[in-house]
Parts: sequence; structure tokens; C-alpha cells
Amino acid sequence: MKGRRVLFLIPTVLIVVTPAFCAADGAWLNHVPAKDHGRKNPYEGRADAVAAGRIVFSDHCSKCHGENAQGTKKRPSLRSARVQQQATEGDLHWLLVNGNMARGMPSWAKLGDPQIWQVISYLRSLSQ
Amino acid sequence: MAPSQWRNRPWHRCLGFLFAAVAASAGCCAQERPYFVTYSHEMEEPGNLEIEMSGAIGKPPVGNRFLGSTTEFEYGVKAWWTSEFYLDGQVTWHDSTIFTGYRWENRFRPLLREHWINPVIYVEFGNTSADKALREVVGHDGRDDFLDSNADARLEKEREIELKLILGSDFRGCNLSENLIAEKNLAGGPWEFGYALAASRPLKLAASTRKCAFCREKFQAGVEMYGGLGDGHSFGTRLTSHYLGPTVNWSAPNGMTLSFSPQFGLNHYSIPRLYRFGIRYEIEQFLSRFRRGE
Repeated sequence: MKGRRVLFLIPTVLIVVTPAFCAADGAWLNHVPAKDHGRKNPYEGRADAVAAGRIVFSDHCSKCHGENAQGTKKRPSLRSARVQQQATEGDLHWLLVNGNMARGMPSWAKLGDPQIWQVISYLRSLSQ
Repeated sequence: MAPSQWRNRPWHRCLGFLFAAVAASAGCCAQERPYFVTYSHEMEEPGNLEIEMSGAIGKPPVGNRFLGSTTEFEYGVKAWWTSEFYLDGQVTWHDSTIFTGYRWENRFRPLLREHWINPVIYVEFGNTSADKALREVVGHDGRDDFLDSNADARLEKEREIELKLILGSDFRGCNLSENLIAEKNLAGGPWEFGYALAASRPLKLAASTRKCAFCREKFQAGVEMYGGLGDGHSFGTRLTSHYLGPTVNWSAPNGMTLSFSPQFGLNHYSIPRLYRFGIRYEIEQFLSRFRRGE
């Protein structure tokens, strides 16, 4: 009887939990409001913003996402197609301001808009 | 004690591990607000440990000069949950140096996104006596509380629970923070209330294109004000102390932050001048340093 319960329980848990994990990975993109999605980076195309963004990234982001944004055991790569192609710069700005706290990503609103845009300039330069 | 005995003591080993972790760590650049009393809505990054030593030097007009000090260990448990443990002590000139107790606090952020105003719930338990760190002003706290000798003041144990509603906003690089404080001595007495307000801004918002120690963006300046609001029997801003002062910090290289604030008593219940200073060191991903392969 006990064995049957366990057999029933395992697939139930898998059915409930698996979509939750799949949805959480990248699901933040669906929550970005339209006005944030369309925001433009005021530092777009500026080499000085890339250089400054590299320093801010190294100070605040590299411990979790890797020195070259390649990701670590527990934290995602920022060279992925999702970050480099799928997300707009406005989406990335929204993510940095709001974080994804349920998934361990803190809000970086304290950096202020200029430094956030500089980090985005640096991240986008990685795909070039 | 022989060196072999040293090595056999487990707490010495723990201390050794801690120092090794600090020594081996590359500190990150903490972009912290320059506040001593007011909490902002910003939480510690998950996995980071921040160690801070801060002090307040003051002199009541007819009492001895004192230095109240706090050693603080702040850990980011989750992105929405920060836990802190404090060890307090004080030195009173012409009297003694004493350990005054400990406090444990937890901060929770109920809303997981940034809004124009962001609430944080703060819960603290403290077990202190003769404390002079002045981490907040509540009830009818005033300069007369600093006149007793340490031997007398230590007799009064304060086992307290403290609740705060922290509200914070970021607007064009400025941070505005407001705290409402309610404190209750578990031995009895009414609820006591207090407030703290602060605003700050980095001297420059955009980062420089090269690494630098003294760039303007490494400095933050602001102003802080705090005081009591009476208690459950007599609520209000009278018969209690209030302080106001400018505050500044510098994010030094390798994860160190230095802060300073001269603060001024605003009425006869306040200590005329307080000088606050703090040094803070942040260790990124503290626990991962003890895991193999990381």
C-alpha cells in the first residue's frame, strides 16, 4: 500500500514541479511591461560605456555570472541567445532594476540608471 | 597554551577558517548607502557576508565621553531576506569598557519588484544593557540615559523586540529612506516609537572608464535625521531626543567602505554632538568559499 502511494506521489510531484522550473527560467521576459521593453540604451554604440560597463560588471556581477559572463555552476551565462538576441536592451534594464528575487537575482536599482545602461552596453558587446 | 592545544579547540579552527576566508577573498565593491541609523530597502546580495564595525562618540554635557561600538555580521540569505547579528560594546571615559549585549535582526522584502516606494519588514530581538551605540532613538530616550555609571546601567537588562517598517525609494540616483520603529521591552512597559529619515546620492552616477579609487562615483553624500516618538502612553516628538547630520561614505578598493557622519542634537534632550564612523568589508559568496571546487 505504502509503495503504491510513493509510486503515485513521484509522478505527481514531477508533473507539478517540472513546468514551474521550466517556466521560471527565462519567464521574466514575459513580465516586462511594453514601455520598458521598448526603452533604448542612451549609451548605445559608445565605446566608453562598454569600458565603464566592464568595470561595473567586474565589481558587482562577475562573482555569480563569471569573469567573462560565461556563467557559473549555479548562475546562468549572459552570453546566451536569450540575453544577446531574444531580450531587448529595455528588457535587460527592467531585469537589472527589478531583479528576479524568487530565483536569487537581486535588484540592482541602487547602481542607478547610467551604470545599469553601461553594464548592458558591455553585455551586448560580448556578442560582437 | 601550547600550540597543539590551540589546534585541538574547535572554535579556534572555526576562527581560523573565517580568517582564511577573509584573507583569501576578493572583496567586491559594496555600493552601500552612507546611513548609520536609517535602513534603506536595499538588501544584502544573496550569499554575501558583510562585516561592519561602527562607532558613535559623544559627550553628554555633564557626563563622561563615551564610544558606543557595534560589530555587525550581515548575510544575504535570499534576495528578499537579509539576516544580521550584532555584538555591542562601549567605552566610557573615567569608567570602564564593557560588552553590552547582542542583537539579531531579520529583514524581509514582501514585494519582489521595484516600485516607487518599497516596503521592507524588519524584526529584531536584542539582549543588551548599558548600550551606548545609539542605533536608534525610541520612546523618551535622552541624554540623561548616559549619566549612570556602567556598573549601575548594567543592572538593567533590556530584552527587547523591535519592529520596523522600512520604506525606500530610488529616484534619479537619489535614495530616500524612511523608517518607522516600534520597540517593546519583554519585561514590561509600553511600546516605544521612533523614526529615522535619510536621503543620499553618489557624487556621480555614471561609472568611469578606468578603475579608480577616488572617482566621484565612489563617494556618496547625504543627510540623516532620527529621533523618538514617545510611547504608548504619551506619543509625540516632545520629551525625547532628535538628531540631524550630513553623512558621507567612500567605497574603497577591495570591498571596503568607510563612512563618517557628524550629527547634531536638535533639542535639550539630545547629546549636543555625535561623531559616527564605520568601516565595512564585504565578502562575496561567503559560504561557497568552503565548498570544494568553487
